[in-house]
Amino acid sequence: MQADVAIIGAGPAGLAAATVLARLGFTQVVVIEREAQPGGIPRHCGHSPFGMREFRRVLRGPAYADRLAAAARAVGVRIMCDTTATALLPGPVLELSTPAGIAQLAARAVLLATGTRESSRIQRMIGGQKPGGILTLGALQGMVHLNGQRPFSRPVVLGTELVSFSALLTCRQAGIHPVAMVEPGCNVIARGPSWALPRLLGVPLMMQSRITEILGRDRVEAVQIVGPDGTRRIATDGVLLTGAFRSEAGLLAMAGIAMDPDTTGPVIDSFGRLDQPGYFAAGNLLRPVETAGACWAEGQRAAEAIAAYLSGALPDREQGAELQIVGDAIRYALPQIILPARPGWHDRVQLRLARAARGELRLTQMGRIIARRRINARPERRITLSLPAGVTAAPLVLTLDERG
Amino acid sequence: MVAATSGFDVAVIGAGIVGCAIARRFAIDGARVVILERGHDVLDGASKGNSAILHTGFDAPAGSLELDCIRAGHAEYLQIHQRMNLPLDRAGALVLAWDEEQQTALPALMAQARANGVTDIQPMERADLLQAEPHLAPEIRAGFRVPGEALIDPWSAAHAYLYQAIAHGAELRCRAEVTSARRLADRWDLHSGAGQVQAGLVVNAAGLWGDHVQRLLTGESWFQIRPRKGQFVVFDKPAAALARHILLPVPTAVTKGVVVCRTVYGNLLVGPTAEEQDDPDCATLVPETLDALRQTGIRILPALAGQEITAAYAGLRPATDEKGYRIRADLSQGLVTVGGIRSTGLSAALGIASHVAALAGGQSARQPQHWPQMPVLAEGGARDWRAPGNQGLVCHCEKVSRREIEAALTAPAPANSLGGLKRRTRVTMGRCQGFYCSAELARMTEGRFTQPLTGGGGDAG
Repeated sequence: MQADVAIIGAGPAGLAAATVLARLGFTQVVVIEREAQPGGIPRHCGHSPFGMREFRRVLRGPAYADRLAAAARAVGVRIMCDTTATALLPGPVLELSTPAGIAQLAARAVLLATGTRESSRIQRMIGGQKPGGILTLGALQGMVHLNGQRPFSRPVVLGTELVSFSALLTCRQAGIHPVAMVEPGCNVIARGPSWALPRLLGVPLMMQSRITEILGRDRVEAVQIVGPDGTRRIATDGVLLTGAFRSEAGLLAMAGIAMDPDTTGPVIDSFGRLDQPGYFAAGNLLRPVETAGACWAEGQRAAEAIAAYLSGALPDREQGAELQIVGDAIRYALPQIILPARPGWHDRVQLRLARAARGELRLTQMGRIIARRRINARPERRITLSLPAGVTAAPLVLTLDERG
Repeated sequence: MVAATSGFDVAVIGAGIVGCAIARRFAIDGARVVILERGHDVLDGASKGNSAILHTGFDAPAGSLELDCIRAGHAEYLQIHQRMNLPLDRAGALVLAWDEEQQTALPALMAQARANGVTDIQPMERADLLQAEPHLAPEIRAGFRVPGEALIDPWSAAHAYLYQAIAHGAELRCRAEVTSARRLADRWDLHSGAGQVQAGLVVNAAGLWGDHVQRLLTGESWFQIRPRKGQFVVFDKPAAALARHILLPVPTAVTKGVVVCRTVYGNLLVGPTAEEQDDPDCATLVPETLDALRQTGIRILPALAGQEITAAYAGLRPATDEKGYRIRADLSQGLVTVGGIRSTGLSAALGIASHVAALAGGQSARQPQHWPQMPVLAEGGARDWRAPGNQGLVCHCEKVSRREIEAALTAPAPANSLGGLKRRTRVTMGRCQGFYCSAELARMTEGRFTQPLTGGGGDAG
């Protein structure tokens, strides 16, 4: 099989990129999707709002996913569902697993848009036994929204990110009554009025608390929680792990593509290019985690970058400046390799904080501050810093001056 | 419930690797066999967590029954594995000395290996080791190579033995904890969670519950189980490229120590610990211990520092108050006891089975009539995701097809729990640990497990 551009992942980023590429005149644009339906994570989100930016109206997740797929198909994009990319080979060439066996797909360029997932129990290093009933929210949403099942009835919820509060709504919808919501930090991570939700639903919010041990042989029976008041054992029949997103990047790691331990995604340059020829990345694979709308916009930019690459118009990746983060306040920043910005591509540094902090964000090159911005933010907030024209290949240093 | 059944020749208590191998031997030899397993599924006890190595016995106690069983078991695995599609990765092992004391111990270990009949070992200098294992930490001093040590799949081996037993007429009963036993004139009368069973010979292969079952059968036990916990960490697949051999430490009097090795599934594991405990039913993960294991791994292979951990597990080995295997036959009582089978049980299982069959009256070791074909789960093997008609992938981290899951749900001993399905197919065992495929698995398995995935159906209040 042959394509102009192959895109792995039919979520908002992948479908947006495919649609733009087809509109730019590429006739062979193929999107590889491992699920039976295109649309990605929004398909599992029964709530709104989706689509404000893309369709100028408020949609629920599944409807939004359908519209993205319909838009791509309308301009001639081929979406191959039930197809899993199993290896990224030089060329670029993709090895695919399909219900009919393995196949290869050669393309002039490949865009990786495989998205994100939540950290597992072991990645969070929670001790204890391994009974049934320990789930991520992603797994729970599938069981509740796609199957109408209820895997537990009174779980402990770990996390206070935005998705953690939507977890409470999913639970409510399924008749599940969480017995506690547990947050290791001093503050609720999510912004805004969601804070009130646990109280409204009668779920105790336990701050500065960690789940240290899960107990139970066949099913979860209890968890041990260490908090400001000491150690407590809470009877429960499940543990719901929410958030702590990380890139779905196993395919990249196996291919030896350079990864960034801070974002958990690949190292990209200003054009979303990876360190293996012909490979690009966009969407939540790049970092945990942005809205569907932000991923959609990123997919569009990636399409423009790929079109420029295929016409030989991109500068060499080697001319880029490496972005270095100094200090412990900044959790990640990207793109990790910065080339002279052009309109429409990654012309800003995106970053997130590791903890709530305020001060002046500074980007320095050869001892000179070339961009600055005052911030007062929590870890959940998306922060960007515009890049000035004339960035050279010397290393760029990003710091947060907390006195400022 | 299942009605009373008489007329079994042999009742094997415990469907771990040893129980499955014993059932296979007796069934092939023509006996009518029933296997009573207390768990929802086979391999739910000690056999679920081990280091998946087929040992040569080079470091086993000289002249021991354990050594004989390892050697016989190893040899029989080599004979039969291809007939049943069982994987064998002839990685070989390196025994590594990191300090002077360990280096001093090497000659005696090599002499023991040769005395144990493992004569193909090769002493290796530091430079040889670094050439053989380029990622090894430069502090390595010396060691030796044991070419015969190999990597296998601990679960498909046991399932293959069990399926072959079933093909020869054996019957498996799960959730069949033996609750009382009575010795009649010429046979045993056992009551279990899955009905009453009468059998001429009882084989106690109850692993972590061996002493408990022994007391149930005879009123007392001549051995005491002292569970020894082993925790492991499993690194993600890119880490498997860092080690070609099984990397063994110089063993101590107490333990074989922490091993670093690939798995046949293409991961890299580090473990086990050796922690004594009283409870035979509870193997907890301790984050501090797992982190220490990770650090141990990094000391051996520094490049592991940049690798992700996919999973962790803890197993219990049924150690006893003595080091050796505790195998004893009392034919006047119609009883064979197989206790104290620790880490080497996977390697020795087939050898133990032959030994038990001989103890029980020396039936001829017949050739099997049926050879069940096991699904290929080994990385790089002819996996189903490569084949036409696989019906699409359900678990993408471990590339498990819908057809493989259906096959495990309709196998001769079908999966009854998520644990059983994992061990038969590897679903949810990859890096996402079920984030992606749990919902589809819950849908596919609804109404088919005795231990269902969705346990919250009834309102617990």
